[in-house]
Amino acid sequence: MSEAPPLALPLASPRTKLSLQMRRHGAYWALILLVVFNLAATPHFASWQTLNVNLTQVATIVIVAVGMTLVIATGGIDLSVGSLMAISGALAPILFLSPFGSSHPVAGVAVAFVAPVLVTGLFGLFNGWFITRFRVQPIVGTLVLFIAGRGIAQVMTNGNLQAFKNPAFQFIGLGRVLGVPVQVILMLFLVAAAGWTLRKTLFGREILAVGGNEAAARLAGIPSDGIKRRVYMISGLCAGIAGLIVVAINSSSDANLVGLGMELDAIAAVAVGGTLLSGGQATVVGTLAGALTIQLLRYTLLANGVPDAAALVMKAAVIAGAVWLQRRGSAP
Amino acid sequence: MSVVEAKTDDRILVLAGRHRVLAALVLLIAFGALRYDNFLGAFNVSSVLRYNAMFALTGLGMCFVIMTGGIDLSVGTTAALASVVSAILSSYGVWPGLLGGLGAGLAIGLLNGFMVTRMRLLPFIATLSGMLAASGAALLIAHNRTVAASYETDFTVLGLGDLLGLPIPAWLAAAAYMIGSVVLNYTSYGRYVLAVGGNAEAARLMGLPAERVVFAVYVQSGLLAGLAGVLLAAQTNAGLPNEGVGWELSSIAAVVVGGTLLTGGEGSVGATLAGVLLLGLVFNILNFENGMGWISLSAYWQSVIRGAFLFLVIIAGAGGSGRRPGRLG
Repeated sequence: MSEAPPLALPLASPRTKLSLQMRRHGAYWALILLVVFNLAATPHFASWQTLNVNLTQVATIVIVAVGMTLVIATGGIDLSVGSLMAISGALAPILFLSPFGSSHPVAGVAVAFVAPVLVTGLFGLFNGWFITRFRVQPIVGTLVLFIAGRGIAQVMTNGNLQAFKNPAFQFIGLGRVLGVPVQVILMLFLVAAAGWTLRKTLFGREILAVGGNEAAARLAGIPSDGIKRRVYMISGLCAGIAGLIVVAINSSSDANLVGLGMELDAIAAVAVGGTLLSGGQATVVGTLAGALTIQLLRYTLLANGVPDAAALVMKAAVIAGAVWLQRRGSAP
Repeated sequence: MSVVEAKTDDRILVLAGRHRVLAALVLLIAFGALRYDNFLGAFNVSSVLRYNAMFALTGLGMCFVIMTGGIDLSVGTTAALASVVSAILSSYGVWPGLLGGLGAGLAIGLLNGFMVTRMRLLPFIATLSGMLAASGAALLIAHNRTVAASYETDFTVLGLGDLLGLPIPAWLAAAAYMIGSVVLNYTSYGRYVLAVGGNAEAARLMGLPAERVVFAVYVQSGLLAGLAGVLLAAQTNAGLPNEGVGWELSSIAAVVVGGTLLTGGEGSVGATLAGVLLLGLVFNILNFENGMGWISLSAYWQSVIRGAFLFLVIIAGAGGSGRRPGRLG
């Protein structure tokens, strides 16, 4: 069904220019339209509070979607991110509530920040190893940890809710620096770092080359398996950070719920943002715009009295519509 | 069908895979029968079949979709939507409940087929939208609540009744698999499904109605998910708008365990059924093991074990077919 996208930019005829514009900037236009509509229709929209609410809610999706963008840029997909979030979310409270964590509060919190993210990074590396070593389709390869990962988190906590109050740890979800929520700063930092990596570094070029035409990339001497392992590891690291933020916001960790359905939200954000799902072309800033569009759409509908269930249907229409428009835009 | 014949190699591998799954299933059943007293008792057999019939139906639909090289993420929420619709209609009788659920599944299947073939969306994105749409529709129709099914009509017999000693859901699933197997192996539609999955472009150039075949598999998957939803409503006496989370990925896992490749072009209906039963029995055996009192594994281990199981199956399969040059993930 999928047609391989051209790796190089097509020659700039007016038509392709327009279509490229559409694909690149469709999410931005949608975002602008939503903002304009809200300024006109939604009372009290133009306020710092609205901005903060929306950015805070979207931060975890964007953080996961940043890793997902890199994975999708190689032509892969990562279904395990939600389960990995549950693992890091379950592990952090276990660490700072442990005897060690209680007797050494500072070291306990430091370990609770670092260790869970490293663990999910290793799980991500496992995904990459599995997919490259056995030539498994990414959707199947990451299905293993999608299923087993949440189980691991549930087994670690025995399925119990871990409630806690630890201001130092919860800084990552509730803290503010100069009035800006910490997770929003983290989100912007990761978007910038990944965007820069993709555009300006050799690693970024190699990611796109592997996604554009793997056989050619390999013939050109690019270690495609190594590149893939690294992007899945990055995706695992991002999911780990997002898991920490979610439990910090909730003051509790529920392995049954943390990150549930996140894989699809993240993929939707990437797709709406204009990254080709078949790989080879990717935009991290577009992913941010895609996630914001979906978030703002939901906010708009809820703020104007549309029930949440109807908002789901609208979300479905927007995802299908956005990708359809991009497809039309990219057709020769 | 030269497309199919040219893949004799693959078919042999599929055959080997099919027998491996069957062998694993037989071993697991033998293990259970020897180890636990009531494992093959009427009650256990009946409840395992009754419960897994729903997953067998969604797995069958998924199997056909995957054979064309696609994927259907919407089966779980479609079943939830169908359970709501059929629960509401169950007060008018068995048939309205059944047809209502099937109709709901048909609607989502048509939507998915339209998005994949007409709008040319990747199946993953198209059925992701279908999944959200079905979930939203289910919640809207049910007003975010569980809907009680009617006790006054015989509707719940569909889920709770027995026929000749076996649960009615098991009969329905068995019938669906019989039909599915015949369709896949002995009809032109079945050959087209495999041909399209093997190489869509070649199939189109040969003049096969590739688009219509792809459209049909999504409709078929929607109908089967709808039937699963009817069984869900009849078994629980309720329409459950929030049910079905994760069904799509369990169904994909069952198909993969059954040895059907996600790249399309090959597959087996019977092995998919074996895959569904294998994954279902893992949970059942875990329960029995806990009942023995030697160990006490929480129910949460079942996901870990299922994941590990999937991992092993893939590794075992990769030895045969995964490392051929040119077949990249």
